[in-house]
Amino acid sequence: MSVQLCRSAKTALGLVVIIFFFCRPAFADSQEGSSLHEHPESFGLGTSPTEAELAALDTDIRPDGKGLPKGQGSAREGKSIYELKCQQCHGLEGEGGINDKLVGTLKDGIFPFAEKDAPKKTIGNYWPYATTLFDYIRRTMPYTQPGSLTDDETYSLTAYLLYLNKIIPEDRVLNSDTLPAITMPAHHRFKNDNRTRSGQVL
Amino acid sequence: MKRRHFLKNMTALGTTSLLVNQSLAETRFPGPPASTTGTRSSYENPQKTLYGQMQTHGLTPLQDLHGIITPSDLHFERHHSGIPDINPEQHYLYIHGLVDKPLKLSINDLKRFPSVSRICFIECAGNCQDYFKKGPETSLQQVAGMTSQSEWTGVRLSTLLRETGLRKNANWLLAEGEDAALLTRSIPVEKAMDDAIIAYAQNGEAIRPEQGYPLRLLLPGWEGSSCVKWLRRLEVGDQPWMTREETVKYTDPLKDGSVRQFSMIMDARSVITAPTYPHQIEKGWHEIRGLAWSGRGKIKKVEVSTDGGSHWLPTQLQGPVLSQAHTRFNIPWQWNGNETLLLSRATDDAGYTQPMVQTLIAARGIGSLRYHNNGVLGWRVKSDGRIYYEIVA
Repeated sequence: MSVQLCRSAKTALGLVVIIFFFCRPAFADSQEGSSLHEHPESFGLGTSPTEAELAALDTDIRPDGKGLPKGQGSAREGKSIYELKCQQCHGLEGEGGINDKLVGTLKDGIFPFAEKDAPKKTIGNYWPYATTLFDYIRRTMPYTQPGSLTDDETYSLTAYLLYLNKIIPEDRVLNSDTLPAITMPAHHRFKNDNRTRSGQVL
Repeated sequence: MKRRHFLKNMTALGTTSLLVNQSLAETRFPGPPASTTGTRSSYENPQKTLYGQMQTHGLTPLQDLHGIITPSDLHFERHHSGIPDINPEQHYLYIHGLVDKPLKLSINDLKRFPSVSRICFIECAGNCQDYFKKGPETSLQQVAGMTSQSEWTGVRLSTLLRETGLRKNANWLLAEGEDAALLTRSIPVEKAMDDAIIAYAQNGEAIRPEQGYPLRLLLPGWEGSSCVKWLRRLEVGDQPWMTREETVKYTDPLKDGSVRQFSMIMDARSVITAPTYPHQIEKGWHEIRGLAWSGRGKIKKVEVSTDGGSHWLPTQLQGPVLSQAHTRFNIPWQWNGNETLLLSRATDDAGYTQPMVQTLIAARGIGSLRYHNNGVLGWRVKSDGRIYYEIVA
């Protein structure tokens, strides 16, 4: 009887050891450890944001045009806004300023950015999406006063910079339909990192 | 200031022992009392190196530090529009988009969720981008100071996304900061659910303003710019937003004419922290010390060469050896007085070995190495014992 008890105790202990052994790597690999306690279905913390709150924050633009506001502008209007608010840092017609060079094109099929002494990356030779330009200008520019540009001003500046880069004609009116329809020269070159996550990958 | 403090204390104690007939040389005086916040010894002065036209970089003095934790005030900085001043009482994290239940969370709400802490590095993808531009008189800080390590505390992002629920086509998140640039990055939901943390503390206290106070996204092992600081909003969507920082910047043009995008993982790297420029060593025994880390997992081994790469010696890893974390290595070395070149290379537990720069150039092209240049670094030991940075290519 006592031998049997002892045996079943041993079996139970063995099971515990086996279970522990199999569970351990999961614990050992994680600095954060594993929770002893099950989480409730919901902690019930926080509140539901209002539509208006989210609309005020959610200004991001996607390549398919989702998020683009009403309004419009062309290079003609954009030129005067650029000269007033952008030229100081980015130079006359997008070149020669103290900050990023914005204008520059390359011949079709030329893309020497992996080479030594590669040219500066510009809207015309590198930016893969025109929508990014609208999003970034409205979000972050001008450097000293981001958020100060109206939607029409942003469409106009986007148009002016695309015009300087020979991507659209001077009179092209940009709006939420025409902007996402633009295909940038380097667009087809962008690919997601497809390296595996183990082994010697370069 | 300190002296005045000291004299005041002496008066308060009624110390008139100066009048006692005893040699001043043998008399000891009590130091200042406890202070509400400590300071460094006045004999120690490690400092970040500031860099960038708009002073948007502060580089960590890796060569002056010990162990694996970077003091919070020396953690490298990189920002795109300065450091915002955010009142935590008025700051919220919004989660919305392809979720069942959008949420607005205060800092106090976030602190009530189950907390987690982990030690991991954050490294800028542009660390070592001036590898080929630096001259011999370059410190480790100047060439590789855009990596630092902290213990980060917060709530798992997966815990929060479990609260909001994710719709079927939820594939990406947009993380947005509240700095003047409203910096945005698209993050795969897979990473968000795996090990992402919404951090509110760094090394035991509230995150520093320059590190994202009051909230930052922490993506262990991923490039620093994706660990969005001053985090205010997470929008869930079915595709990436293609923000400026993930298209124009932080992408890798390759030799085949393509551009590699979303190369988020920081590949294994090691750096010798001592001896490096501007050290001067004497003949005899020294300890070569350094840090190694990998965005893929734990450091498995670090090898050092004291003869310019002809022979590689295994080093001692100094615990703790943590996943996606700076790990200390060291090896005793007897310098014989001859000129030589010191190198180090790390191997992680995914089987990845830190490459020589030539290997990276052959695979990607030299122009590609603005980001993710994790090639081996070299330190030239001159016969007078002076150490200089050397491009190993």
